Amino acid sequence: MREVRMHADEPFCGAPLLRRGLTPVPLAEARDLTLRADGQALLDGVSCSFAAGRRTVVMGANGSGKSLLLRLMHGLIRPTSGTVLWRGAPLDRRARARQALVFQTPVMLRRSVLANLRFALAVRGVPRCARRARAEAALEQARLTALAHRPARVLSGGEQQRLAIARALACRPELLLLDEPTASLDPASTALIEQAVDAAHADGVTVALVTHDAGQARRLADDIVFLHAGRVAEHGPAAQVLSRPRSEAARAWLEGRLHLGP
Amino acid sequence: MDGFAEVLGQALALILSGDPDLVEIIGLSLRVTLSAVALGCVLGLPLGAVAGAFRFPGRAAVVVLMNALMGLPPVVVGLLVYLSLSASGPLGVLGLLYTPAAMIVAQTVLVTPIIAALTRQVVEDLHGEYAEQFASLGVGPAHRVAALLWDARYSLLTVVLAGFGRAVAEVGAVIIVGGNINHVTRVMTTTIALETSKGNLELALALGVVLLALALTVNAAVMALRASAVRAAYA
Repeated sequence: MREVRMHADEPFCGAPLLRRGLTPVPLAEARDLTLRADGQALLDGVSCSFAAGRRTVVMGANGSGKSLLLRLMHGLIRPTSGTVLWRGAPLDRRARARQALVFQTPVMLRRSVLANLRFALAVRGVPRCARRARAEAALEQARLTALAHRPARVLSGGEQQRLAIARALACRPELLLLDEPTASLDPASTALIEQAVDAAHADGVTVALVTHDAGQARRLADDIVFLHAGRVAEHGPAAQVLSRPRSEAARAWLEGRLHLGP
Repeated sequence: MDGFAEVLGQALALILSGDPDLVEIIGLSLRVTLSAVALGCVLGLPLGAVAGAFRFPGRAAVVVLMNALMGLPPVVVGLLVYLSLSASGPLGVLGLLYTPAAMIVAQTVLVTPIIAALTRQVVEDLHGEYAEQFASLGVGPAHRVAALLWDARYSLLTVVLAGFGRAVAEVGAVIIVGGNINHVTRVMTTTIALETSKGNLELALALGVVLLALALTVNAAVMALRASAVRAAYA
């Protein structure tokens, strides 16, 4: 079996295909992304990819650039240099519509739960006659049907996050980007979110999820991108990164040690 | 003091009796004011929303101008509208001078900047919350403005209320362009001014009481609506 590449300068693009000797085209790919602000490199030459049909978990300490990477991959911010590719071509408006991003703090419109979903569907051009049924199906999947007519902003944090994921999935994205969706949620809410992510993945949605939680990475990840100080420290199949991390930063992280060095 | 109590009693009697002149004046006041506020909303809400939700060249100047126009002196507005609508003015052919329509135009000029400027602030704050979600969903400009105005609707009630307050209490502009003609352009504020100068204090006080009651009622209704919206996290 060929060795799977694991270094930042050798983008990893789907272990199963590599193992079969095939060259997969990543669904989304970052090529040498650099983002600078006030003369400081927030991301520095980041290259990585989210392979189609897989769950890529982006890990790293606070300030390592995880959320920025997701926003860059989604086209919300522009890199100082480097390129984001979607199916091998530069990310454009049409490609962005094939993605959905769920923020760490869900942004709920001042409307009912159902109206939040219907708004997203309207924006995405879903015909009016189909919106209600699609929104209700998404709510059912998220186990939020009973709350359909409640104001979205009075829901609990976990319910809001499930609604945000339901709203994203109702738009039927190919790539679901999740920015720390379970941060500050209790285990029960976390389990429901992870079930939703699993269900989306089972439906063929490619998932990229940012987390601090090594346990969550073990439960969810097919592939892992580990960022440290704005650079990719590890990138490869979860089994390998989690069992044999090469970088000291990732090793310390996974062992639960404090790593304060560069 | 006895004089005041006597006048107040007569004023209340006038209100309770449903005096036809009083009713006519109140009716015209409401027609002019509500029309002006409605027009002000049609113009000011989208204008404020665009200024609040988008970045464009010259935006800062537009915002400064809108804020500055909030303090337009009514008599100056009245004079400008008078000059525009007078026989020799650019809009003289419309023949609107000394009609309720002219008063509506003058009040619209006064309330539109208030509605636009306050809307801009409300929408800008809300857009700050929504911006990334909108960008992620790919919300287009028209959809964005409509969504922001709809979601800010309870906060915008206060904005509309500010416009209503300005219009209903306004006297300088409407007296210039309306002429305070009996049974034609006489509204509450202009009548109060006129009747007070004539010493007819019962009618002036009766109109003052109605004006005050109207302002209190509208304010209370809007505040109650807004409070219920806040409880439902819609505002």
